[in-house]
Amino acid sequence: MTHRISGFIKKMTINKPIKTRPKHLALHKIYLPLSGYVSILHRVSGAVLFLALPLLLLLLDQSLRSIETYTNLTEYLAHPLLKLALLGLLWAFLHHFCAGLRYLAIDLHLLPNLDAARAASKWVMAVSLTLTVVLGVKLW
Amino acid sequence: MVNRTVTGAHYGLRDWLAQRVTAAVMAIYVLVVVGYLLMQPSFGYDTWLELFTSNVMRTFTMLFLLSLFYHAWIGVRDIVMDYVKPAGIRLLIHVLVILALLVYVIWSVQILWGM
Repeated sequence: MTHRISGFIKKMTINKPIKTRPKHLALHKIYLPLSGYVSILHRVSGAVLFLALPLLLLLLDQSLRSIETYTNLTEYLAHPLLKLALLGLLWAFLHHFCAGLRYLAIDLHLLPNLDAARAASKWVMAVSLTLTVVLGVKLW
Repeated sequence: MVNRTVTGAHYGLRDWLAQRVTAAVMAIYVLVVVGYLLMQPSFGYDTWLELFTSNVMRTFTMLFLLSLFYHAWIGVRDIVMDYVKPAGIRLLIHVLVILALLVYVIWSVQILWGM
Protein backbone atom coordinates (compact mmCIF):
# COMPACT_ATOMS: atom_id res chain seq x y z
CA MET A 1 0.00 0.00 0.00
CA THR A 2 2.80 2.41 0.87
CA HIS A 3 4.35 2.21 -2.57
CA ARG A 4 1.02 3.12 -4.08
CA ILE A 5 0.71 6.23 -1.91
CA SER A 6 4.28 7.33 -2.56
CA GLY A 7 3.70 6.75 -6.25
CA PHE A 8 0.60 8.91 -6.04
CA ILE A 9 2.55 11.70 -4.35
CA LYS A 10 5.29 11.42 -6.96
CA LYS A 11 2.69 11.67 -9.66
CA MET A 12 1.36 14.89 -8.13
CA THR A 13 4.73 16.49 -7.56
CA ILE A 14 6.44 15.49 -10.77
CA ASN A 15 4.09 16.28 -13.58
CA LYS A 16 4.78 13.10 -15.46
CA PRO A 17 2.71 9.91 -15.68
CA ILE A 18 4.38 7.13 -13.70
CA LYS A 19 2.97 3.62 -13.70
CA THR A 20 2.58 2.59 -10.08
CA ARG A 21 0.91 -0.77 -10.56
CA PRO A 22 2.71 -3.59 -8.78
CA LYS A 23 4.83 -5.50 -11.27
CA HIS A 24 5.13 -8.74 -9.34
CA LEU A 25 3.48 -10.65 -6.53
CA ALA A 26 5.45 -10.89 -3.30
CA LEU A 27 4.85 -14.60 -2.84
CA HIS A 28 6.53 -14.73 0.58
CA LYS A 29 4.08 -12.12 1.88
CA ILE A 30 0.93 -13.81 0.65
CA TYR A 31 -0.99 -15.71 3.29
CA LEU A 32 -2.92 -18.72 2.06
CA PRO A 33 -5.74 -20.44 3.94
CA LEU A 34 -5.36 -24.23 4.30
CA SER A 35 -7.66 -24.80 1.32
CA GLY A 36 -5.18 -22.76 -0.72
CA TYR A 37 -2.39 -25.17 0.21
CA VAL A 38 -4.65 -28.14 -0.56
CA SER A 39 -5.28 -26.57 -3.97
CA ILE A 40 -1.66 -25.89 -4.91
CA LEU A 41 -0.61 -29.31 -3.58
CA HIS A 42 -3.32 -30.83 -5.79
CA ARG A 43 -1.49 -29.28 -8.73
CA VAL A 44 1.97 -30.24 -7.51
CA SER A 45 0.95 -33.84 -6.74
CA GLY A 46 -0.79 -34.10 -10.13
CA ALA A 47 2.33 -32.89 -11.94
CA VAL A 48 4.52 -35.29 -9.93
CA LEU A 49 2.22 -38.23 -10.73
CA PHE A 50 2.26 -37.32 -14.43
CA LEU A 51 6.07 -37.21 -14.45
CA ALA A 52 6.17 -40.56 -12.62
CA LEU A 53 3.90 -42.27 -15.19
CA PRO A 54 6.74 -44.01 -17.11
CA LEU A 55 8.12 -45.39 -13.83
CA LEU A 56 4.68 -46.55 -12.68
CA LEU A 57 3.93 -48.24 -16.03
CA LEU A 58 7.34 -49.92 -15.88
CA LEU A 59 6.51 -51.22 -12.38
CA LEU A 60 3.17 -52.59 -13.65
CA ASP A 61 4.90 -54.18 -16.64
CA GLN A 62 7.66 -55.84 -14.60
CA SER A 63 5.29 -56.96 -11.85
CA LEU A 64 3.05 -58.83 -14.33
CA ARG A 65 5.49 -60.08 -16.99
CA SER A 66 6.81 -63.16 -15.19
CA ILE A 67 7.68 -64.54 -11.77
CA GLU A 68 11.35 -63.70 -12.46
CA THR A 69 10.74 -60.04 -13.24
CA TYR A 70 8.36 -59.86 -10.25
CA THR A 71 11.04 -61.25 -7.91
CA ASN A 72 13.67 -58.93 -9.38
CA LEU A 73 11.33 -56.00 -8.85
CA THR A 74 10.75 -56.82 -5.18
CA GLU A 75 14.54 -56.95 -4.74
CA TYR A 76 15.00 -53.56 -6.45
CA LEU A 77 12.22 -52.03 -4.37
CA ALA A 78 13.97 -53.13 -1.16
CA HIS A 79 16.45 -50.30 -1.77
CA PRO A 80 15.78 -47.49 0.75
CA LEU A 81 16.01 -44.68 -1.83
CA LEU A 82 13.46 -46.35 -4.11
CA LYS A 83 11.22 -46.99 -1.11
CA LEU A 84 11.44 -43.32 -0.19
CA ALA A 85 10.60 -42.31 -3.78
CA LEU A 86 7.60 -44.66 -3.76
CA LEU A 87 6.49 -43.25 -0.40
CA GLY A 88 6.62 -39.76 -1.94
CA LEU A 89 4.52 -40.98 -4.88
CA LEU A 90 2.11 -42.64 -2.44
CA TRP A 91 1.62 -39.31 -0.68
CA ALA A 92 1.17 -37.55 -4.05
CA PHE A 93 -1.50 -40.08 -5.02
CA LEU A 94 -3.30 -39.96 -1.65
CA HIS A 95 -3.30 -36.16 -1.57
CA HIS A 96 -4.49 -35.93 -5.18
CA PHE A 97 -7.19 -38.54 -4.47
CA CYS A 98 -8.49 -36.91 -1.25
CA ALA A 99 -8.32 -33.34 -2.58
CA GLY A 100 -10.07 -34.52 -5.76
CA LEU A 101 -12.88 -36.08 -3.73
CA ARG A 102 -13.24 -32.74 -1.92
CA TYR A 103 -13.62 -30.91 -5.25
CA LEU A 104 -16.22 -33.44 -6.39
CA ALA A 105 -18.07 -32.91 -3.09
CA ILE A 106 -17.98 -29.13 -3.61
CA ASP A 107 -19.27 -29.54 -7.19
CA LEU A 108 -22.14 -31.68 -5.92
CA HIS A 109 -23.01 -29.02 -3.30
CA LEU A 110 -22.22 -31.45 -0.48
CA LEU A 111 -20.12 -28.75 1.22
CA PRO A 112 -22.59 -25.87 1.18
CA ASN A 113 -20.57 -23.17 2.96
CA LEU A 114 -17.06 -21.90 3.61
CA ASP A 115 -16.80 -23.53 7.07
CA ALA A 116 -17.66 -26.97 5.68
CA ALA A 117 -15.21 -26.57 2.79
CA ARG A 118 -12.47 -25.43 5.19
CA ALA A 119 -13.13 -28.33 7.55
CA ALA A 120 -12.94 -30.68 4.53
CA SER A 121 -9.53 -29.27 3.59
CA LYS A 122 -8.30 -30.17 7.10
CA TRP A 123 -9.63 -33.69 6.54
CA VAL A 124 -7.82 -33.91 3.19
CA MET A 125 -4.48 -33.06 4.80
CA ALA A 126 -5.08 -35.28 7.83
CA VAL A 127 -6.30 -38.35 5.94
CA SER A 128 -3.68 -38.23 3.17
CA LEU A 129 -0.77 -37.71 5.60
CA THR A 130 -2.03 -40.33 8.07
CA LEU A 131 -2.58 -42.93 5.34
CA THR A 132 0.89 -42.20 3.92
CA VAL A 133 2.47 -42.83 7.34
CA VAL A 134 0.34 -45.92 8.06
CA LEU A 135 0.94 -47.50 4.64
CA GLY A 136 4.58 -46.45 4.75
CA VAL A 137 5.10 -48.22 8.08
CA LYS A 138 3.16 -51.25 6.86
CA LEU A 139 5.05 -51.56 3.55
CA TRP A 140 8.50 -50.71 4.89
CA MET B 1 -32.77 -9.80 -23.21
CA VAL B 2 -29.06 -9.67 -23.75
CA ASN B 3 -27.77 -11.13 -26.95
CA ARG B 4 -24.20 -11.91 -26.15
CA THR B 5 -21.93 -13.55 -28.67
CA VAL B 6 -19.98 -16.23 -26.89
CA THR B 7 -16.49 -16.65 -28.22
CA GLY B 8 -13.76 -19.14 -27.47
CA ALA B 9 -12.79 -22.65 -28.42
CA HIS B 10 -15.82 -24.18 -26.61
CA TYR B 11 -13.86 -26.98 -25.00
CA GLY B 12 -14.17 -25.62 -21.47
CA LEU B 13 -17.34 -27.38 -20.31
CA ARG B 14 -16.51 -30.63 -22.09
CA ASP B 15 -13.09 -30.83 -20.43
CA TRP B 16 -14.50 -29.74 -17.05
CA LEU B 17 -16.96 -32.61 -17.24
CA ALA B 18 -14.40 -35.07 -18.63
CA GLN B 19 -12.03 -34.26 -15.76
CA ARG B 20 -14.75 -35.24 -13.25
CA VAL B 21 -16.02 -38.33 -15.09
CA THR B 22 -12.48 -39.71 -15.51
CA ALA B 23 -11.79 -38.94 -11.83
CA ALA B 24 -14.89 -40.91 -10.80
CA VAL B 25 -13.86 -43.89 -12.98
CA MET B 26 -10.37 -43.89 -11.44
CA ALA B 27 -11.68 -43.54 -7.87
CA ILE B 28 -14.04 -46.51 -8.31
CA TYR B 29 -11.28 -48.61 -9.90
CA VAL B 30 -8.82 -47.84 -7.08
CA LEU B 31 -11.38 -48.67 -4.39
CA VAL B 32 -12.31 -51.96 -6.13
CA VAL B 33 -8.67 -53.06 -6.54
CA VAL B 34 -7.62 -52.02 -3.01
CA GLY B 35 -10.74 -53.72 -1.59
CA TYR B 36 -9.99 -56.91 -3.55
CA LEU B 37 -6.36 -56.99 -2.39
CA LEU B 38 -7.35 -56.37 1.24
CA MET B 39 -9.70 -59.36 1.09
CA GLN B 40 -6.92 -61.72 0.01
CA PRO B 41 -5.43 -63.82 2.82
CA SER B 42 -1.89 -63.32 1.47
CA PHE B 43 -0.21 -61.33 -1.28
CA GLY B 44 2.25 -62.63 -3.88
CA TYR B 45 2.84 -62.91 -7.60
CA ASP B 46 -0.05 -65.40 -8.02
CA THR B 47 -2.59 -63.10 -6.35
CA TRP B 48 -1.35 -60.15 -8.38
CA LEU B 49 -1.38 -62.02 -11.71
CA GLU B 50 -4.80 -63.58 -11.10
CA LEU B 51 -6.29 -60.12 -10.66
CA PHE B 52 -5.37 -59.22 -14.24
CA THR B 53 -6.12 -62.53 -16.01
CA SER B 54 -9.85 -62.04 -16.62
CA ASN B 55 -10.85 -60.06 -19.68
CA VAL B 56 -13.27 -58.00 -17.58
CA MET B 57 -10.47 -56.86 -15.28
CA ARG B 58 -8.14 -56.14 -18.20
CA THR B 59 -10.84 -54.01 -19.81
CA PHE B 60 -11.57 -52.23 -16.52
CA THR B 61 -7.83 -51.60 -16.06
CA MET B 62 -7.55 -50.26 -19.61
CA LEU B 63 -10.54 -47.99 -18.95
CA PHE B 64 -8.79 -46.80 -15.79
CA LEU B 65 -5.55 -46.10 -17.66
CA LEU B 66 -7.31 -44.29 -20.53
CA SER B 67 -9.18 -42.18 -17.95
CA LEU B 68 -5.86 -41.50 -16.25
CA PHE B 69 -4.19 -40.36 -19.48
CA TYR B 70 -7.08 -38.11 -20.52
CA HIS B 71 -7.26 -36.70 -16.98
CA ALA B 72 -3.49 -36.12 -17.02
CA TRP B 73 -3.71 -34.35 -20.39
CA ILE B 74 -6.32 -31.86 -19.15
CA GLY B 75 -4.42 -31.26 -15.90
CA VAL B 76 -1.00 -30.85 -17.46
CA ARG B 77 -2.40 -28.65 -20.24
CA ASP B 78 -4.00 -26.35 -17.63
CA ILE B 79 -0.74 -26.13 -15.67
CA VAL B 80 1.28 -25.39 -18.83
CA MET B 81 -1.26 -22.77 -19.98
CA ASP B 82 -0.95 -21.04 -16.58
CA TYR B 83 2.82 -20.93 -16.22
CA VAL B 84 4.45 -21.17 -19.67
CA LYS B 85 4.07 -17.83 -21.42
CA PRO B 86 6.04 -18.12 -24.73
CA ALA B 87 3.64 -19.65 -27.25
CA GLY B 88 6.32 -21.68 -29.04
CA ILE B 89 7.58 -23.42 -25.91
CA ARG B 90 4.00 -23.97 -24.71
CA LEU B 91 3.07 -25.60 -28.02
CA LEU B 92 6.20 -27.76 -27.90
CA ILE B 93 5.40 -28.99 -24.37
CA HIS B 94 1.79 -29.72 -25.39
CA VAL B 95 2.97 -31.78 -28.36
CA LEU B 96 5.48 -33.71 -26.22
CA VAL B 97 2.85 -34.42 -23.54
CA ILE B 98 0.36 -35.68 -26.15
CA LEU B 99 2.99 -37.91 -27.77
CA ALA B 100 4.07 -39.30 -24.39
CA LEU B 101 0.47 -40.08 -23.44
CA LEU B 102 -0.15 -41.80 -26.80
CA VAL B 103 2.94 -43.94 -26.24
CA TYR B 104 1.62 -44.79 -22.76
CA VAL B 105 -1.67 -45.95 -24.32
CA ILE B 106 0.19 -48.35 -26.65
CA TRP B 107 2.41 -49.49 -23.77
CA SER B 108 -0.66 -50.14 -21.58
CA VAL B 109 -2.21 -52.40 -24.23
CA GLN B 110 1.08 -54.28 -24.53
CA ILE B 111 1.31 -54.73 -20.75
CA LEU B 112 -2.27 -55.92 -20.30
CA TRP B 113 -2.66 -58.15 -23.37
CA GLY B 114 0.95 -59.13 -23.95
CA MET B 115 1.68 -60.76 -20.62
